[in-house]
Amino acid sequence: MSNLHLADISGEPTREPIRKGFGRGLLAAGKLDINVVAACADLTDSTQMGLFRDNFPERFIEIGIAEQNLVTVGAGLAAAGKIPFVSSYAAFSPGRNWEQIRTTICLNDRHVKIIGSHAGLYTGKDGATHQMLEDIALMRVLPNMVVIVPGDSLEAEKATLAMAKDLRPNYMRLAREPTPVLTTAETPFEIGTAYVYEPGADVTIIATGTMTYHALRAAELLYKDGIEAEVVHVPTIKPLDSATILKSVRKTKCVVTVEEAQIIGGLGGAVAELLGENFPVPLKRIGMPDHFGESGDPDELLTHFGLDASHIRLAAHEVTAKK
Amino acid sequence: MPQKLPLVNLEKIANDIREDIIRMLVHAGSGHSAGPLGLADIFTALYFDVLRHDPKNPDWSERDILLLSNGHCVPVRYAAMAQAGYFDRKELLTLRQFGSRLQGHPERLRLPGLETTSGPLGCGLSQACGIALAQRMDSITHRWIYVVMGDGEINEGNIWEAAMLASKYHLNNVIGILDRNNIQIDGPTELVMPLEDLRAKWEAFGWHVLEVNGNDIEAVIDACAMARSIVEKPVMIIAHTIPGKGVDFMESDFHWHGMPPNPEQARKALHELRTLGGRIRGEHE
Repeated sequence: MSNLHLADISGEPTREPIRKGFGRGLLAAGKLDINVVAACADLTDSTQMGLFRDNFPERFIEIGIAEQNLVTVGAGLAAAGKIPFVSSYAAFSPGRNWEQIRTTICLNDRHVKIIGSHAGLYTGKDGATHQMLEDIALMRVLPNMVVIVPGDSLEAEKATLAMAKDLRPNYMRLAREPTPVLTTAETPFEIGTAYVYEPGADVTIIATGTMTYHALRAAELLYKDGIEAEVVHVPTIKPLDSATILKSVRKTKCVVTVEEAQIIGGLGGAVAELLGENFPVPLKRIGMPDHFGESGDPDELLTHFGLDASHIRLAAHEVTAKK
Repeated sequence: MPQKLPLVNLEKIANDIREDIIRMLVHAGSGHSAGPLGLADIFTALYFDVLRHDPKNPDWSERDILLLSNGHCVPVRYAAMAQAGYFDRKELLTLRQFGSRLQGHPERLRLPGLETTSGPLGCGLSQACGIALAQRMDSITHRWIYVVMGDGEINEGNIWEAAMLASKYHLNNVIGILDRNNIQIDGPTELVMPLEDLRAKWEAFGWHVLEVNGNDIEAVIDACAMARSIVEKPVMIIAHTIPGKGVDFMESDFHWHGMPPNPEQARKALHELRTLGGRIRGEHE
């Protein structure tokens, strides 16, 4: 295994909102390519487009609270040769404008970069309306769409730069609250690649986004239980890195998936489809079980809905016992 | 770029386009009749006078952009493109067939020159805004973006989101052509969802509004020229058309919105159009 130059998170890890990394990445992408442009639906600072707007005001478009317009204007910008990043909260984009994304971006094959911020339970106190949990499923089902869920702010920064060079429609999901930084500047990122963050032989834990940190914490707990968990971080849900996942599961022969999204159609769905057809093994999906969220602190919510490290640990025991 | 033609030739072309629409629809056995027939004069004006374009080089970087927002009217665009030389007229009869480049609703990736994929309504104006904004960033000023849209289509909220944006950014390169034919699938527009006062609505949204007889080719050409000369605002040309224009039994009957003629009706329609074609030639001789 190549050295991934991961951060040391054995103590209290450094925390930063994932969306901050997007803001830095967009500014950097804007400096590298004059055709990178940005548009936002009245959430410019919140989605971290403010840095880009302040540096390139002539390349920034304020759309107002109009998410259908946001993505279709994006399709027009792409038609005229721009590389448009369009942002809002995930609950509204792609929550409200799915058909426009389907027709004018995916079927029309325009390389619009859709940024859905404030996704998942980490949206916390805003409650169920704003805790977008269905975005991964909504975007994953669309032909031509690439779905990226970075695990920390540094990965979001690298992913943004990679998206600016990718010729396909892309969706990237971001979280609001500060979450642990797991990687370093040297950690690699490529669209479509999954990374083994922790090697192990007994069970594979496949995680994405903010939940990779909790998967790593669960692996520590499992180690004390005498189970060596292999933690695979999947920042690209689509196209899924089938080779890396299958290689790990052929070794461990049981799987837990972990995501801060609906397990129906999300990472859990994608992995279940892959393994069901190629290498059926005991599988447990951790995520939102066909349910809406509610207001609360993120950690409180993760525990309540069964997504925290202790629940991941229990799931790992369950699938290991079924082997 | 094609040569500009005298009016009699344009009227003859519009009539040929109508005949082709009938042939395409009866052969396909499905599709929309009223809208495409009503738009034949506008598409003749666009493809044979208004647009800067090159049928042999659809991706010409200097071309004007024509977006068909109400994609279900695409038979008129296919017929006009064939007449203009984008592809052989024989291909028109593949409309809606498996493997055809002429999909039931237009798909950009399948046929060069379409500019966008459309069908689900309300998305053309906002894409035009995106193109106009990109052109402004690139300091391109003399390239026009025409958007043909239906009147029923503007029930969609996305249209009004785009209307506000175009006005905010003074996107004067965007020229809307609103096919005011007064029908939609469920009936007359004013019964389904009243649009009047249509002119006042667009003016209130900050647009310059022109009204024109959309079945008068010369008037459409003049309105487009006028629209290009207005630099302060985006322009909406409300083009009053007769749905089903040219075929007596289809004219202004909303039932023909989404229906093709059967073979007998098609024979009748073609007979009428041939008679009309003869009259056009006669009037000008």
